[in-house]
Amino acid sequence: MLGKFALKRRTLALGGIMAATLCLSQVLMPMQARAAEPIKIGFSMALTGPLAGGGKQALVSMEMWEEDINKKGGLLGRPVKLIYYDDQTNPKNVPGIYAKLLDVDKVDFVVSGYGTNLIAPAMPIVIQRELLFMGLFGLNNNKKWKYDKYFQILPAGPDPAVDFSRAWFDTVMSLSPKPKTIAFLAADAEFAKNLKEGAVTHAKRLGLKITYNKNYKPGTPDYTPIIRAINATNPDVIYIASYPNGSAGLTRAVSEVGTKARAFGGGMVGLQFSGIMKGLGPKLNGILNYDFYVPEPNMSLYPGVTDLLARYKIVAPSRKVDPLGYYLAPWSYAYLQVLGDAVNAVGKIDHAAIAKYMHATEFSTVVGKVKFGQNGEWEKGRTLTVQWQNIKKEKDLEQFTKPGIRKIMEPKEFATGTVKPFNSLR
Amino acid sequence: MFSSELLLNAIVIGIFLGGFYAALSIGLSITFGLLDIVNIAHPAFIILGAFICFIFNSHYGLDPILIGIIFAPAFFLLGLLIYRIYYERFEKIGAEPLRGLAFFFGLMFIIEVILIMSFGVDYQMVHANYIDYKATFGVIDIPFRMFVPFAIAMVMAIGLHLFSSRTFFGRAMQAVAQDSLALRLMGINPVKIKMIAFGISLATCSIAGALLVIIMPIEPSVGRLYIGQVFAIVVLGGLGSQSGTLIAAMLLGLLESLVTTFFGPSWSPAIAFSALILVLAFKPTGILGRVGDTRG
Amino acid sequence: MKINRFYLGIGTCLVLSYLATAYVDNQYYFFAGFAILQLMVMALAWNILGGYAGYVNFGSAAFFGIGAYSAIVVLELFNATFFTQIIAGGCFAGLIGFATGYLTLRLRGVYFAIATLALLVVAETLIVNWDYVGGAAGAYVLPTKNPSILGVLIVGKTEALFGNYKELLFFIMCMVTLATIVICRYVEKSKFGRGLAALRDNEEAAECMGVPTLKLKLIATSLSATIMGITGGIFPYYMTFIDPVSAFNLDISVNALAMPLIGGTATWLGPVLGALILGGLQQIVTVTISSSANLLIVGLCLVAFVIFAPNGFLGLIKKYRKNGN
Repeated sequence: MLGKFALKRRTLALGGIMAATLCLSQVLMPMQARAAEPIKIGFSMALTGPLAGGGKQALVSMEMWEEDINKKGGLLGRPVKLIYYDDQTNPKNVPGIYAKLLDVDKVDFVVSGYGTNLIAPAMPIVIQRELLFMGLFGLNNNKKWKYDKYFQILPAGPDPAVDFSRAWFDTVMSLSPKPKTIAFLAADAEFAKNLKEGAVTHAKRLGLKITYNKNYKPGTPDYTPIIRAINATNPDVIYIASYPNGSAGLTRAVSEVGTKARAFGGGMVGLQFSGIMKGLGPKLNGILNYDFYVPEPNMSLYPGVTDLLARYKIVAPSRKVDPLGYYLAPWSYAYLQVLGDAVNAVGKIDHAAIAKYMHATEFSTVVGKVKFGQNGEWEKGRTLTVQWQNIKKEKDLEQFTKPGIRKIMEPKEFATGTVKPFNSLR
Repeated sequence: MFSSELLLNAIVIGIFLGGFYAALSIGLSITFGLLDIVNIAHPAFIILGAFICFIFNSHYGLDPILIGIIFAPAFFLLGLLIYRIYYERFEKIGAEPLRGLAFFFGLMFIIEVILIMSFGVDYQMVHANYIDYKATFGVIDIPFRMFVPFAIAMVMAIGLHLFSSRTFFGRAMQAVAQDSLALRLMGINPVKIKMIAFGISLATCSIAGALLVIIMPIEPSVGRLYIGQVFAIVVLGGLGSQSGTLIAAMLLGLLESLVTTFFGPSWSPAIAFSALILVLAFKPTGILGRVGDTRG
Repeated sequence: MKINRFYLGIGTCLVLSYLATAYVDNQYYFFAGFAILQLMVMALAWNILGGYAGYVNFGSAAFFGIGAYSAIVVLELFNATFFTQIIAGGCFAGLIGFATGYLTLRLRGVYFAIATLALLVVAETLIVNWDYVGGAAGAYVLPTKNPSILGVLIVGKTEALFGNYKELLFFIMCMVTLATIVICRYVEKSKFGRGLAALRDNEEAAECMGVPTLKLKLIATSLSATIMGITGGIFPYYMTFIDPVSAFNLDISVNALAMPLIGGTATWLGPVLGALILGGLQQIVTVTISSSANLLIVGLCLVAFVIFAPNGFLGLIKKYRKNGN
C-alpha cells in the first residue's frame, strides 16, 4: 500500500520537476537561440593607403565599443559583431565592399569608412536599399542626395562645408593689419573640393580678393611649383584643403620655398596623424589649421574624451596604430555609440524607425551632446582652429603630447593663445 | 600672374628636371634605340631601384646615390639574364613583335604588383643632408633636391657617351644596331654585345631610381607615369641617337616645368604623352634619328 | 548544319543566363559573373585587332574609360537612359579609336602599341581635369527605382523580370558577350577577316597583293574600340560610382591583352577560354588571398604563357593532340 502511494508521489515529484524544467527552458532557450545570432555591423575602413593613419585608429576605438557594448548585453539582447574590409583609401573599392557586406555577409547595419571620399561611393548603394547609414568625418556627403537616413559624426555644424572653415577665417581676420587677399588650393577630391567651396563663401563675405584658386591632382609628387605659383600672386593668407599626402608635401614645399603669406593652412587633413606630426616636426611651426582634440588644458569641449584616450593609449602599441589617437578615436567610438543607443531605444531592426528616432533625439556620447540637424549633420559646430607653435625637436612624438604646441585660437571660450603671423614662428 | 622671378625659377627647375629625365631615358635609348627592344618595363625597373634605395636608406642610413651605384652591378647581371631569356624565346626564333611586347608588359606588371604587395601603396621618401638644402642666387633658388640628381645625371650621360665612342664595347654596341652581319664577319658575337648593352641599360635604372627617390616621394604605381616620359624622349630624340635623347629630355623637362608652374601640375602627365602622340603622327624619326626607320 | 549548331549554342546560353537570374539566390555569383563576362568581352574585342590583325593595343582601358565617361556625360547632359548611355559609350570610343588609328596605324606596330598607351594616360588626364564629370573625385549614378518598358516592370521586388539591378546587368552583359562572340566569328569567316590575317602574316606582301591594309586596320580598330566603349558604358550603372582611376585602370588593359594570349589568339574561343580560366582564377584568389595577389597572377600567367606557350591554351591542346596521334 505504501509502495503504491510512494510511487504516485515519486511520479508526481518527477512530473513536477519535468514540468518546471520545461517551463524554465521555454523561458531560457529562446533567449539563447536569439543570443547565438549576432547583430552584424559592416563597413569598409582605410587600413592601408594615405588615410590609414586615421582609419586604423578609428578601427581600434570601434572595437573598444564592440567590447563595451557586448559586456552590457549587446544590441537587442544579441551580441554585436563588426565585419569590415580594407578599402585601401581607394574610392573605387567601396561599392564592391558594400555589395559583399550586404549580399554575402548579410550584415544588419552598415556604417561608413573614414573620410568623405570613401563615404561618397557608398551613398547610392545605401539609398537604393533604403538603409540607415552613419558617416564618419564626411564633409557634406548628403548635400546632393538629401537622404533622410544619413547621419554624420563630424562636429562641423549644420552647413558643414561653410561652418568647418568659419573659425579659421575669424582667426585670420584678427591678424593686424587685416588680410586683403587670399589664395585657395584644394586636392581634386570630394572632401577638399567641398571644403574649398565653403571657404570661398567666407572669403566673399569678408571681402577678401581671391588671387589664386586651383586644384591639384592627388598623387602630385612635387608641390614646390605650386607654392611658387601661389607666391607669385602675393596672397596675404593661403587656405589649403588637402589630404595627408598633399598636406605633408605642401608643408615640405613651403619649407623649401618659403612664403610671404601671414597665414598658411586651413583644412589640411593628416597633420593630426602622429606619424606625420613626428616626420614633419618643426616644419609645422606657424601653420594655422583645424583640429578636434588637442592636449591643451581647457579641453572640456569634449568631456569623456580624456578617459577614452587613456584606455586607447594602452591598447594602441600592440596594434601598431597611431599611439595617441587624438584625431579619430573619440569620434569613431561616438558614432557607433549613437547607433547602438538608437537601436536599443527603438527595440527592433527597423531602419526607418531608427532614423526617425535619431532625428528627434539628443544623444549623450563620449564627445558630449550630439544632436542631428538637417541632412543628418550636426546642429552646432565644434571645430577648433589651432596654430602650431614652439615645435623644437625633429622626429620626436612626445613633444606633441604636451600643451603649448597646438595653441587653440577658436572657439574663443577655449583659446589658449593668440594668432601670430606665419613667418614669425619659423 | 606672370613674373620674371617665377619664369626664371621655372626655367632653372626645368633644366634640372631635364637632366633627371635624361638619366631616366638614357637606358631606354640603348635598348629601344640601338637594340630595337621595346622594353616597356624600363620605368618599372627604375622604380624597383628607387625602392631598393629607400629600404637601404631607411634601415642603414646610407646615402641614396651610393646605394644606386652599389646596386648597379646587380642590375647589370639582371639585365644579362633577362636579355638571355628574351633572346632565346623571342628574337632567335623570330617571333612576332607582339610576344616580345607582351613579355615586357607582363614583367612591368609583375614588378609593380610585387612592390605593392611588399610596400603597400603609401608614399616613401629617403633622407639625406643635402635634400633639404637650398642655395639662393638673387631671385633664383637652387634646391639641392633637384640639383644633385641633375649633376649625377650629367656625369652618367657623359660617362656613357665616352663609353660609346671611346671603348671597344661601346663602338661595338653602335655597330650592332647598324649592321650586325658585318660585326659577325669581324669575329664578334652580336648576341654577346646586345646582352651587355641590355645589362648596361638596366644598370642605369639602378642609379636613375636613386635620383628619382631623392627628388620626390615614390609609390609603386608612379612607374606608369614615367612610361610616357621616357618613350616620348627616346622617340622625340630619334632612335639610336644618345645626344638626341639628351636634347629631347631637356626640352621635355623645360616644357613640363613651365606648364606645371603656369597651368597647374594636374596637366603634367599629359604633356609627355601628347608630345609623343604628336611626334609619332608627324615626325616619327625624331630630332636626330635615323631616316627610313618607320615602316615595318 | 555547323552554323546552326553555333547559333543554337548562343541561344541556349542566353536562355540559361536568364533562368540563372531567376533561380540562383546567392548574389555574389552575379557579381563575379559580371566581372568575368566584362573581362571576356574586352578580351574578345582586343583580339579583333590584336589576334586577327596582329596590332597590339596597350590602351584598351582608354576605350573602356571613354565609354564609361561618355555614359556619365550624357547622363549629366540630359538624364539619358541606360541604353542611351551604352550607345553613347560605344560611339565615342569608336570615334577615338578611329582617330588614333588614323594617326598612328601607318607606322610600325610597335609605335601603335606605345601610342595606345599614351592615349590611355592622355584620356585619363583629360577626365581628371574635367570638373563637369567630377574630375578626380568621381561621378555617381543612381539607377532609376522601378524601371519599366512598355508597362512591363523590369526591376522590382515582386513580379518583375529581374529581382534587382545586379541580375539585370548580368543578363545584359551576357547578351553583349554573346553578340560579341557572334561578331568575332563573323569576322573570322569573312573576307574582312582573311584580309586581316594576310596583313598580320606579312603586311608588305599583303599590300603588294592589293589588300587595302590601312582601311582594314582602321575598321578593326574602330570595331574593337566600339565594343570596348559599350562595355565601358555599362560600367557606371553597375558600380554606381566611378572615378578616373577605376575607369582608366591599367589592369583593364593588361587583362584584355593577357586573356587572348593565354587562351589563344586565332579564334573567338581563345579569349573566351582565357577569360574563364584567368578571370575565374582571379575571382577565387580575391576572396581567398587578397586583391593584389590576383594581379600578380595575371602578370605571371602572361609572362609564362608568352614564353612557353606562344599559341596559348588552345595551341597547347592542339600540340597535345598532335603528339598523341
